[in-house]
Amino acid sequence: MTDVSTHAHPETAAHAHGDAHLEHHQLGFWRHYVFSTDHKMIGIQYAFTGLLFLLFGFSLMMLMRWNLAFPGKAIPLLGKILGDTRMPGGSMLPEFYNQLGAMHGTIMVFLGVVPLAVGGFGNFVVPLQIGAPDMAFPRLNMFSYHAYFWGGVVMLGSFFVPGGSAQGGWTSYPPLSDILPTGQTLWILGMLFLITSSLLGAVNFITTIIQLRAPGLTFWRLPFFVWAQFVTSFLLLLAFPALQAAGIMQLMDRVAKTSFFLPQGLVVSGQVLKVSGGGSPLLWQHLFWFLAHPEVYVLILPAMGIVAEVIANNTRKPLWGYRPLVFSVLAIGALSFVVWAHHMFMTGMGTVMSTFFQTTTMIISIPSVIILTCLILSLWGGSIRFTPPMLFALAFLPMFGIGGLTGLPLGLASPDIHFHDTYYVIAHFHYVVAPGTLFALFAGIYYWYPKATGRYMSTRLGQLHFWPSLVFINGVFMPMFIQGLAGMQRRLYDGGASYTHTAHVLWLHKVISFSAWGLGLSQIPFIINFFWSKRHGALAPANAWDATTIEWSAPSPPPHGNFEVQPVAYRGPYEYSVPDHPGDFFPQSEPGPETVSPIPGTPHPAHA
Amino acid sequence: MSTAAIPYTVDARPDTGLNNVKLGIWLFLSSEVMLFGSLFAGYILLRTGNPAWGAGSELLSIPLATLNTIVLITSSVTMVMSWVAAMERNLKKLRLYMGATVGLGAVFMVVKSFEYAAKFEHHHPPSYSTFMACYFTFTGLHALHVLAGMCVNFYFGFPGAKMMQTDPQQFANRVEVAGLFWHFVDLVWIFLFPVLYLLNFGPPVSH
Repeated sequence: MTDVSTHAHPETAAHAHGDAHLEHHQLGFWRHYVFSTDHKMIGIQYAFTGLLFLLFGFSLMMLMRWNLAFPGKAIPLLGKILGDTRMPGGSMLPEFYNQLGAMHGTIMVFLGVVPLAVGGFGNFVVPLQIGAPDMAFPRLNMFSYHAYFWGGVVMLGSFFVPGGSAQGGWTSYPPLSDILPTGQTLWILGMLFLITSSLLGAVNFITTIIQLRAPGLTFWRLPFFVWAQFVTSFLLLLAFPALQAAGIMQLMDRVAKTSFFLPQGLVVSGQVLKVSGGGSPLLWQHLFWFLAHPEVYVLILPAMGIVAEVIANNTRKPLWGYRPLVFSVLAIGALSFVVWAHHMFMTGMGTVMSTFFQTTTMIISIPSVIILTCLILSLWGGSIRFTPPMLFALAFLPMFGIGGLTGLPLGLASPDIHFHDTYYVIAHFHYVVAPGTLFALFAGIYYWYPKATGRYMSTRLGQLHFWPSLVFINGVFMPMFIQGLAGMQRRLYDGGASYTHTAHVLWLHKVISFSAWGLGLSQIPFIINFFWSKRHGALAPANAWDATTIEWSAPSPPPHGNFEVQPVAYRGPYEYSVPDHPGDFFPQSEPGPETVSPIPGTPHPAHA
Repeated sequence: MSTAAIPYTVDARPDTGLNNVKLGIWLFLSSEVMLFGSLFAGYILLRTGNPAWGAGSELLSIPLATLNTIVLITSSVTMVMSWVAAMERNLKKLRLYMGATVGLGAVFMVVKSFEYAAKFEHHHPPSYSTFMACYFTFTGLHALHVLAGMCVNFYFGFPGAKMMQTDPQQFANRVEVAGLFWHFVDLVWIFLFPVLYLLNFGPPVSH
């Protein structure tokens, strides 16, 4: 495949050759990098854009951390760049702080983590892991990415309209969000783009997983990562429309002056608002959280999937409890639709509703604990390789544990009265998604990078990325538990400096801010590693980690169409250290006897 | 455009009994169910939560809506006939019935726009009351779906119909899927019609 002709038009290429490989190499720049229908390129597009948005969203937070550590003090240098409408004289306006806060949340969740975890890893890895040539609907896949991209552009553009971007928090609660400046309208439009992207992506993933599995790859032979993506896609498919509906209603409220979310006699700036009224601000909260709680699992399930893959590979033994893991992920998926109102204990919805939702919340913690327990027990007796992906996967376990367990008091209605809207909440969910999900995503990047590029990322730089990140990220979020327990409210522009009851924990803001900036610096080795290894990393064989799952039987990087011959699955996904088999791994697609590692508590399939 | 041979684009996968596009459209429709379901749930919450809801349907025209209901149901029948034509590989018949389906969709839209115009003339815009907000939002979103369906049907009936010669089975599948979407849009209207136009319990409110 050396005849890379740069002069060939995509149109002529498409007509002239039937051969997939030839055609792939003759695609022009636009077809190859921008309007690609190849799931691998789309996955890389998603991942790259998602990483950029993560960096941007994190930068917003690093800016906010300045004002929390040094309220009202002028920021050196940056003040001049951002201008008088945001930072007159270099000190941050409260309105700008609110913009940063709302956009940090929105960007991290909808433009950073979900596109990277689902769009990036899902697109790149799932078709390879199930032995498929591509996604089921390649052009729809391209459209999903572009809808996401333009959603992101609209979101970013909202910073530059009069009044700035959305500033009602990532939750955009009305009535406030109904009366905010134009940026909020753009927020809704951007969200509608992102929702469209996710819905079409979810249709594509589910169809792909059900229809395009390789011969022999039954559901019980799917890698856990594929299961996680499968459930995640259902969550996106069925939960996102609720926010779509809510977004349309809020758009109507803002543009057509309806009152879906505005009660009668609402007083704004001393004036009764001239609307028909009769709406319910709580309706938004119900619809929003009907999406946003499943969304939390959208953030965490792919991360668990990645960690499961990395742990099985780096302990050189089967996952402990594959079936319990799968049943748990299915249970989480189903239950995540009936826990949403635990975000609303403080709305006065009554004790009956609170009791119901705190009960379902306690129930959903059970499968989450089962998953974490299985992953920890998988380490037992393994010959662990401390590769960069494994370091991040190992760190995920206690970090997600902290995040998950600190969520239990929040899920109970009475302690929530104290914790609600404090820094404790921030610490809780950030432990789940930052050192939890993000660490897992880093593990995934280090793990599948050789598949995408044919080269390993540097181990030394990986360690230099991991250890400072681990220290600083705990320096960011651990003190927030202390602040939150003392009753410090979130979303305050001065970090609570004007309240006396939290004066004794105010100094922790400085610790957190310096940790956050340290965390920012710790990402530099990663960025260097990411680009440097593309050209200079150690060459990786097709099966870079002596792994068992099907994606490693494709060349690295896989050509268009992925596999030279259609792979067939002969056994389960984690046949490591199989007795009487040479080597310590037995790839899923390698012909041979059907070995099944004994699963505690389940009958051997051969005898069942 | 895509060159990798993706299996089951046309024929059904033996163990699932489905081809890709059939599964895809049902998944998409399930998400549409959640979208309109959220709107209806919102309607219930707003209506039960508001003691001063009053009626609203007396502001709407039941005869026009009945006409539109008949139009849409008829268009579902012509849609099925288009699919039959696609299966029979009868281009003339396909054009006839697809034309009828698109035409009936257009009739629906014209009637709808007369209804909308009348509301604005009588000073009952969306901002008039929560009922009118629901009416405009729900029927507006439905009308957008009708429009989308019309575009798809027009494409398969006319510019895209040449695929019947090149790949008749895949073309028939596509028409079938377009039909499923069209029936869904029809079905949404079957819910919207009673909820917005006919449901009028509670004390009558004088205007």
